[in-house]
Amino acid sequence: MEATHAGISPADPLTRYNSQFLVFRLGGQDYGIPILQVQEIREWSRATGLPNSPAYILGVLNLRGSIIPVVDLRQRFRLSPAEPDTFTAIVVVNVDGRLAGVVVDSVNDVVWFDPKQQRPLPDFEGHANRQFIEGLVQAEDNMVILLNMERLLSPDDFNIGNGLAQQAV
Amino acid sequence: MANIMTVDDTATMRQMISFTLSSVGHHVVQACDGEEALKLARQKKLDLVIADVNMPVMDGISLIKSLRQMPEYRFTPILMLTTESQENKRQEGRVAGATGWIVKPFNPEQLINVVNKVLG
Amino acid sequence: MPIDIRQFHQTFFEESTEGLAMMEQLLLQMEGAAGSRGMTSPDPENLNSIFRVVHSIKGGSSTFGFGWLADFSHLLETALDDLRAGRRQPDRETTDLLLRSVDALRNLLEGARTGAAIDKTRIEEIASALEVPSVTKAAEASTAEAPEHGWHVSFQPGPELFRSGNDPLRIIRELGALGTLQVSADVSRLPRWEAYDPETCYLGWQIKLSGRDQSRQAVKAAFEWVADISEITLAPMREAKRSEGDTPPASGDGDHTLVKARGPSIRVSTARVDSLMDIVGELVITQTMISETVAQFTPADLPRLLVGLTQLERNVRQLQESVISIRLLPIGFVYSRLPRLIRDLAQRLGKQVDLELSGEQTELDKTVIERISDPLLHMVRNCLDHGIETPAERRRAGKPETGHLRVHAHQKSGYVHVVVEDDGRGLSYEQIRQRAVQAGLLNADTRPTPEQMHELIFYPGFSTASEVSDISGRGVGLDVVRENIRSLGGSVEVSSTPGSGTRFTLRLPLTLAIMDGLSILIGDQTYLLPLTSIVESIHLTDDRLSRLPDGQEIFALREDYLGLIRLHELFHIPSRHTDVSQGIVVVVEVDGRRAGLYVDELLGQQQVVIKNIESHYQRVDGISAATILGDGTVALILDVAGLMRLSPRPVMAPDAPGCVPRRGSPRSTISDPRALH
Repeated sequence: MEATHAGISPADPLTRYNSQFLVFRLGGQDYGIPILQVQEIREWSRATGLPNSPAYILGVLNLRGSIIPVVDLRQRFRLSPAEPDTFTAIVVVNVDGRLAGVVVDSVNDVVWFDPKQQRPLPDFEGHANRQFIEGLVQAEDNMVILLNMERLLSPDDFNIGNGLAQQAV
Repeated sequence: MANIMTVDDTATMRQMISFTLSSVGHHVVQACDGEEALKLARQKKLDLVIADVNMPVMDGISLIKSLRQMPEYRFTPILMLTTESQENKRQEGRVAGATGWIVKPFNPEQLINVVNKVLG
Repeated sequence: MPIDIRQFHQTFFEESTEGLAMMEQLLLQMEGAAGSRGMTSPDPENLNSIFRVVHSIKGGSSTFGFGWLADFSHLLETALDDLRAGRRQPDRETTDLLLRSVDALRNLLEGARTGAAIDKTRIEEIASALEVPSVTKAAEASTAEAPEHGWHVSFQPGPELFRSGNDPLRIIRELGALGTLQVSADVSRLPRWEAYDPETCYLGWQIKLSGRDQSRQAVKAAFEWVADISEITLAPMREAKRSEGDTPPASGDGDHTLVKARGPSIRVSTARVDSLMDIVGELVITQTMISETVAQFTPADLPRLLVGLTQLERNVRQLQESVISIRLLPIGFVYSRLPRLIRDLAQRLGKQVDLELSGEQTELDKTVIERISDPLLHMVRNCLDHGIETPAERRRAGKPETGHLRVHAHQKSGYVHVVVEDDGRGLSYEQIRQRAVQAGLLNADTRPTPEQMHELIFYPGFSTASEVSDISGRGVGLDVVRENIRSLGGSVEVSSTPGSGTRFTLRLPLTLAIMDGLSILIGDQTYLLPLTSIVESIHLTDDRLSRLPDGQEIFALREDYLGLIRLHELFHIPSRHTDVSQGIVVVVEVDGRRAGLYVDELLGQQQVVIKNIESHYQRVDGISAATILGDGTVALILDVAGLMRLSPRPVMAPDAPGCVPRRGSPRSTISDPRALH
């Protein structure tokens, strides 16, 4: 099952994830995450801020007794900030047993993608967000970006800009 | 197949035994204490009795004693359910006339094996 | 419905591990006795305990099909039996062999548990050593377990066999399942017809059971229910020739059975579970009472409701205490590894040492126990390596040749203190100073106080041994020890008298699950401070603040100057106050270092449940954990020691090297706050 996809070139994410994805919207763009990695969807609530953490870590949240970090994808993708509204949701994802909340503008649907719908990635080498993208699929009328949650939530990435060292000096 | 009675005050245990033995074709009756067991034993000749030791109303040891006094149960196999630490209970049961014991916890296969063993 | 037998593996491994620890301890006691009083026969009670451990391992491993383990424990059991019967000498060599067998069993257990590699050569070597001294006996025994040709069984049932509902035929039939049978009945006890009682068993049987790989246990199992009322003897069948190419202790496929690691478990005495049940019972009653009151509530019922709530509060507190107590284990679990370590190490270093262990009943949370094990071993190792002198040195210093190492645990105001104390040479302050200068931690002309030097030995990368020794070195230093202890919410202190010894004190929280905290407000966020680190809280006015050249704010508190940490600055949270006098300063102390934390407001004291942040995120500097407040939101628990390290500018404490270099950045030099006077 566990395909080797360590490199930048995406392995076939569609076969890898049983082809079912949760599609959500963020800044007008649709994104998909493998449904198997989605634990639940919660309505938005304010997180408790964590001092000296990267700006895209909004803080921590109580998920039935577990303390989980909340990631602001807008900041992560360097999109302009938005005020939460009634559509704003927190998608709780489970990546290798670690839970994290991901703030999204709205949750659309669970969609079954056919491997045929996959499109090659255009060459945007050097683009900062490139590493989080697992692949592209052409849905009925729009394009959905499939995200690589492992990379998006990897502890190493949390460390980037974990400001202490810089701020302390 | 054989008529077997399981005597235990915990329903889970009775059900597990009953389910396991029924699944290999035995007819199983359930009793939740010694007194009920004696009543059932009088109604119908049983081929094997599997009894817990600690039970309310009438415990396993007294049940074994009473069964052994009934002519039709003098040689009927009677097994006690004991735990590893209940060595003295086993002895007590033996004196009362128990055939043997099954040490808890046990798994279904073990139970079936033991039952097949005693029933021959 | 099918019950997986593997669910019992975990218990077996835990039990065996504990058993081995006990066995090791008893062996060391035996060795001690043999050493001091010459060769004496070991205490039979101890020997029996050891025997029981090995016996249980053997029983369990054969049940679960861990072939190697079963074979080895069998050999060991035989050797112990010889020792018990006086066929083997209880000398140092034997004890040594038995200790090595403990290691071998551990290795085999680990192999069975995780599938880790087994050191076969070593185990076979020990196995053959176990067999040697009683050649005949061992040979007989090793064939006895699974003889190549089968068994002679003599079965003489007691006369009352039938009356227990047993049937000899059934037993013989069961044996038949193990191999080919040759049965002959022994009718010698049959009475004459007139005396014959059909309900009595007069017959006996001689049975030849041929076939391979029938363990003694399997054969015995057939007779389990009648063993107490029958005479049964088992003898392995012997043939003149051994079959060729036979590998010793046959191992089934079982030895490589990989057991899926299950979650850690804990064994709890039934008494504790019973008390838990009682409390839950009360809780249910209270709940019923409250729901009944609420169901038909009129204002007149208010007192009743309040009574119910008080009761509920009491029940919950009891339940909490009870659950915590379930997680408590005696520190003796950690002690058990020490005698062996000391023995081996002393031997290697050519030192003599007496180990004194006390307070082994002191209880600590299971997690704490698990996590202090290594630090404690390290401290003990350190004492033996650096503290205690060689016999010659000790003689020259006018001390007894045998050094004394004492590990003592006791409970003290919500904490457990573990003291590791030796009567060795004490800390060499001059060496420490030189070393610190070399490492760039000190200016060459600084003369630190002993307290400051105690602090220095805990600095990352600091080690007094001029070269990293094989024993204490191993890539861990006291800094790691202190880090580990701190991460548990504890602390380490050291005191030393040159020439007469060193004493380390580990201060550990009783439990990690619950903490008394003071909730404070910084900006609009609630944080918790562990109550144990709080000294006092004071109001400061701007005129009491001074500023060091590097910008650090300090204030005088009676005799001392303390650094001020403005938490909102450190955390980049807008404070509600502009003037220091509007907020409050909480004076905190960790590891003998003090500082003032400036917060906006004190909210109150409360007991909180500690929740780990790292399980789903990562370590956050200055934060030790989180908790969930009554309204369901998360509040962070401050890590006071971490805050002091985190403070952007050095924090002063009068009796510590003022400028604490952050890990790996030896950029500071000591500035003595006393210079301000």
